[in-house]
Amino acid sequence: MIALLRRDLALAIRAGGGFGLGLAFFLILCILVPFGVGPDSGTLAKIAPGILWVGALLACLLSLDRIFQLDFEDGTLDLLATAPLPLEAVATTKALAHWITTGLPLTLAAAPLGQLLNLPAAAMPALVLGLALGTPALSVIGTFGAALTVGLKRGGLLISLLVLPLYMPTLLFGADAARRGAEGLETTTPLLLMTGISAASLALLPFATAAALRMNLR
Amino acid sequence: MEFSAQNLACRRGDAVVLSEVTFAVSQGEALILRGPNGSGKTTLLRCLAGLTPAVSGSLSFSPDDVAYAAHADGLKAQLTVAETLRFWAQVFGTRRIEAALDAFDLRGLMERRTQTLSAGQKRRLSLARLILTGRTLWALDEPTVSLDTSAVAQFAAAVRTHLAGGGAAIIATHIDLGLRDAATLDIGQFRATQSVAHDPFLDEALS
Repeated sequence: MIALLRRDLALAIRAGGGFGLGLAFFLILCILVPFGVGPDSGTLAKIAPGILWVGALLACLLSLDRIFQLDFEDGTLDLLATAPLPLEAVATTKALAHWITTGLPLTLAAAPLGQLLNLPAAAMPALVLGLALGTPALSVIGTFGAALTVGLKRGGLLISLLVLPLYMPTLLFGADAARRGAEGLETTTPLLLMTGISAASLALLPFATAAALRMNLR
Repeated sequence: MEFSAQNLACRRGDAVVLSEVTFAVSQGEALILRGPNGSGKTTLLRCLAGLTPAVSGSLSFSPDDVAYAAHADGLKAQLTVAETLRFWAQVFGTRRIEAALDAFDLRGLMERRTQTLSAGQKRRLSLARLILTGRTLWALDEPTVSLDTSAVAQFAAAVRTHLAGGGAAIIATHIDLGLRDAATLDIGQFRATQSVAHDPFLDEALS
């Protein structure tokens, strides 16, 4: 598993790997929104939690179809399926690699970009903590969507349609936590619910992902 | 140990392509699969490797005994030859890549990225992976595609070493590898007549 994780990270960082694709999208979105909305800092502060979470979600979505598609096309997935590593472990590793290259940079970039959107300082802990707890669910659910569409040419659109409804709870609780933080309210409940979603998807979805891969490889 | 199949039926997509496939290979032996394009050689090999479950029939071995090499090389353009082999060595739980490097004469290419290799060199790298798996039965699908004559000789030598070490091989190929006393199996005779109409996903879910 560690070997596969190291390989995936090396592939992502080297030329043509797509590392930073999500981060760059997130960056551009958060820089452009103030221009689009106008300079009124009150409006910006109000919509900032939503913008940041929607941006993070779309940035995650952007790199999903690469998770298995490239390995499928060059035959690596067949070889991995016949390797001693169970496909469940492959699925978990792929999701982890996706989180490290997408979710983690987004979490780290959220605080400075929140500043740019005039997000109140009181909301920062809830935002960053929320992204740290919520983005693993985005990666795990996305890996499942990628496994379902792996045999299809240009399945990107289908992945989005499959995965977006499953992203909704994380988005709702995440943005709610950040908004409550901005208003000085208690943020524990939405954060706990979101952590529950992440933990449940991490525990259950790798099995579904592996089953979907087996279906698509035959 | 003997690797055998009894009345095996294999499917490709929804259609049953092969039925009543029966063969046996002992350790130290090779079996050459022959048959025209589309006769089901790839289907049989994927079935032996456990990628597609058999429709019916039985195998005397588990997919964990099989090292499968497909048409596709399964290489990543951005990784070097050494990185590729080390990755597969780790996946299969070994550390030594020297034997694989020597068998396919890859030492001079170790630090080259695979995107700069020629088709034949990629093929050699892909075949070198087999030695790292440490598995007994090699299931090879057209392994000599894009290899030149000397590389084919290298490959045949690697297969002979594998057989001499107690391994076995099932090879789909159209050229003569010079493997003495290798049995030949003509796949054409196992062509299935009827096809399945039911849904393979539901079959598995309901069984």
